[in-house]
Amino acid sequence: MNQPVLEMRGINKTFGNVVANHNVNIKLYAGEIHALLGENGAGKSTLMNILTGIYKPNSGQILYKGKEVVLKSSKNAVDLGIGMVHQHFALVQTLSVAENIYLHSEKCKTILNSREMENDIEKCSKAFNLALDAKAKIWQLSVGEQQRVEIVKLLYRGTEVLILDEPTAVLTPQESVEMFKTLRKMADSGKVIAFISHKMGEVMANSDRITVLRGGTVEDTMLAEDATEERLTKAVVGSANKLMKQSQENRGAHGACILKVQDLSVKNDKGLLAVKNISLDLYAGEIFGIAGVAGNGQREFSEVLAGLREVESGAVLLKGEDVSRMSPKTRIKKGFAFIPEDRLSMGLVPSMNMMDNTILKEYDTEPYSRKGILNHKAIQKNTVNFISRYDIKNGGLDLPVGLMSGGNQQKLLIAREINGEPLLIIAAYPVRGLDIGATEAIHKILMEQRNRGACILLISEELDEIFEMADRIAVMNIGFMSEVLNRNVTTYEEVGSLMIGMDNNSKT
Amino acid sequence: MGNMYFRLEKRIRTPLAIRILNPVVFIVLAMGFCGIFITLAGFEPVKVYAKMIKTAFFTSKGLTQTILYSIPLMLCGLGVSISFKMNLNNLGAEGQYAVGAIASFGFVIYGPSMPLSIKLILAILIGIAAGCLWSVLAAIPKALWNVNETIISLMMNYIALLFLDYLCRGPWMNNEGLNLPYSASINKMLYLPNLFGTEINSGIIIAIISAIVIYWFFKKTTSGYQISVIKNSLSAARYAGMNIKKNILLVMGISGALAGMAGVVKIFGITHRLQPSLPGGAGFTGIIIAYLSKFNPLIVIVVSFFIAGLNTGSYSVQISGVPSQIATMIQGAILVFVLAGEFFARNKIIVGRRVSADPLKEGEA
Repeated sequence: MNQPVLEMRGINKTFGNVVANHNVNIKLYAGEIHALLGENGAGKSTLMNILTGIYKPNSGQILYKGKEVVLKSSKNAVDLGIGMVHQHFALVQTLSVAENIYLHSEKCKTILNSREMENDIEKCSKAFNLALDAKAKIWQLSVGEQQRVEIVKLLYRGTEVLILDEPTAVLTPQESVEMFKTLRKMADSGKVIAFISHKMGEVMANSDRITVLRGGTVEDTMLAEDATEERLTKAVVGSANKLMKQSQENRGAHGACILKVQDLSVKNDKGLLAVKNISLDLYAGEIFGIAGVAGNGQREFSEVLAGLREVESGAVLLKGEDVSRMSPKTRIKKGFAFIPEDRLSMGLVPSMNMMDNTILKEYDTEPYSRKGILNHKAIQKNTVNFISRYDIKNGGLDLPVGLMSGGNQQKLLIAREINGEPLLIIAAYPVRGLDIGATEAIHKILMEQRNRGACILLISEELDEIFEMADRIAVMNIGFMSEVLNRNVTTYEEVGSLMIGMDNNSKT
Repeated sequence: MGNMYFRLEKRIRTPLAIRILNPVVFIVLAMGFCGIFITLAGFEPVKVYAKMIKTAFFTSKGLTQTILYSIPLMLCGLGVSISFKMNLNNLGAEGQYAVGAIASFGFVIYGPSMPLSIKLILAILIGIAAGCLWSVLAAIPKALWNVNETIISLMMNYIALLFLDYLCRGPWMNNEGLNLPYSASINKMLYLPNLFGTEINSGIIIAIISAIVIYWFFKKTTSGYQISVIKNSLSAARYAGMNIKKNILLVMGISGALAGMAGVVKIFGITHRLQPSLPGGAGFTGIIIAYLSKFNPLIVIVVSFFIAGLNTGSYSVQISGVPSQIATMIQGAILVFVLAGEFFARNKIIVGRRVSADPLKEGEA
């Protein structure tokens, strides 16, 4: 086999007492797409951050085209031709596509010629078949297009090794397919592509070689054609952590009507109608799944139910009582629980510790406080209880929750939300971005809640999740809700076609 | 030496020793830095500093002066800290201070006759309420229309200070005096009582109790908890159903009340009359104190005492020809040095030797 373009040898990296990478060896070859698979906290991002000069390893070597290099900064790496597209894009929202790309390049001078700049960049993006409007401002672009800008930014600088951190996490399924096509084209032109993922399906479908990381070490490396679901699962979660599928039994008739949504319309932040005339009845003891590509009104729908957004027209009734004008606080007291899609910016306070986060909604109720005075003992006891009951891994009760892994953050959030045995649980993308282990744990909790008699509204764009969890399914598309489908009768194809807006009125 | 390397690592927890030692080291460095200028001015910095410290903290007259000067600073520092604790910038402490003094003095002049001890207590409460109200005026546009409170509270200083100036030169000027912009003095029975056997007034007790109450408020009450959540994540606070508008008014109100209390203590404890220079920048120094103490009310007390000491010390060396502005210079240098020094409390510097034996790579690190 030919020489690897990039090789990492014996990489070790620790943060305080936490070992993020231990003796990691990895080789990246020209013309191939290399996937790094692993749970959250397995050390994938750390490894790639070392490769792009953001972190310095405690020990180990990086060889680029056979020569050892020491990367002192990400500029060092970019100069060598190693570039990374992060999950959170580094784009200036108010500048144009061309300006953003130029800003990053060596050609950026004091005086810019915008026509030359735009032509230059359109030429570059066409070369890789990446359609981009160089004049458009970043804020006008969809997330998928913004990601394309990030990629062109690196290509324009002549990047040879392109690393992407969970590139599909922010994309719709269609956008993901497009993106992988682009990656393949770049690999075919001789570039080295590496991407981080924790989705087995996309890794198997789109890569040439797979490296699995677990607990900071390389667990397995294989060619994609040798990969099987069993082999990958075993490497990702280890043998001790057995996967269990939810039992589909215990799905009886559901109970009383908990939530009634009548002709509900809601506007989005831009003042456009995002939820259009939705009517739904949700019952105790069921999981109602709302499938759909993100951005079709799901966020507005979940927020209006929680009281965080104003009703434009229509009504929301909890057990027959109109709650449409009630404050979030009143709704919480009446039994609404909400697992929001932005867990770190809305559902938790990242800079505060676990104890403070467990009382976010119940700080003014006993036993956590009495007459305005907090009872730290009761709060601590409850937090410890959450930790043991839901197996939340943490670095100590007084550490900010922002430092915990996504799965453990979500477990803490859900533990808090279901604590008071709520009537209704609105769960928006509850496992988005989580690894397999945490996903299973969270699904188990939601299933227990359903069996207890809670009414659960599950919003997701993963069909697997919807079909595994939901009793009834509806699809949201451009603000409209499809007719309600029975999970046992409907098919992936039917739901899928509703998601992309076909088949809207052909069914009864 | 070639294979030495330095590396920065973020601390997850900063050890207590470093948290204490770090500011001390940077204060010393700041004083060293100012020493350069003292030398250039033709004095010996060590001698100057020794004299300043000795007078400010180790003579009974100096210490009294330092404590008296520190009381309004403490109250303003506490007030400003509280607003910063909810990411609100109350830069109007100076004006709230003035309004507190004006209102309590006005009550003494125009209030109905009553036993003087009751009058004193009412005057204190009215001064506090006035400071609170002045601050809430800046908070209402913020709460209702999200108007920037920084600029409003700052501009309202000038209204209050110019009004104070007008009163001292106009309607409230003491005509029997030397035609100076002073009001008449208040009745001796209305003076804040001194601590037994000293010349220090009981305002110090008020300030220390306020600090302890505020500390307790943030640590133990649901209100304090809500303020922390709002500071750290506005969207999480909304999600949890917290009333943000109410908390903006509450925090700005408390903040202004404390600054108003500074005015009250100054007038009933120290000057005993109204004069234009009454606040004397204490409201602005309070901002520096708030930052230096990282908004911790107990540390505000210590920092205020230290800053007041600087001031007392600078007057003591004035006689030997050192300009008294030295206090302002040191104060500024300390702020810059200590805030910059924070970097070392947040990060750990690791010095090590590269394990790689490749001689070609030497000197790169």
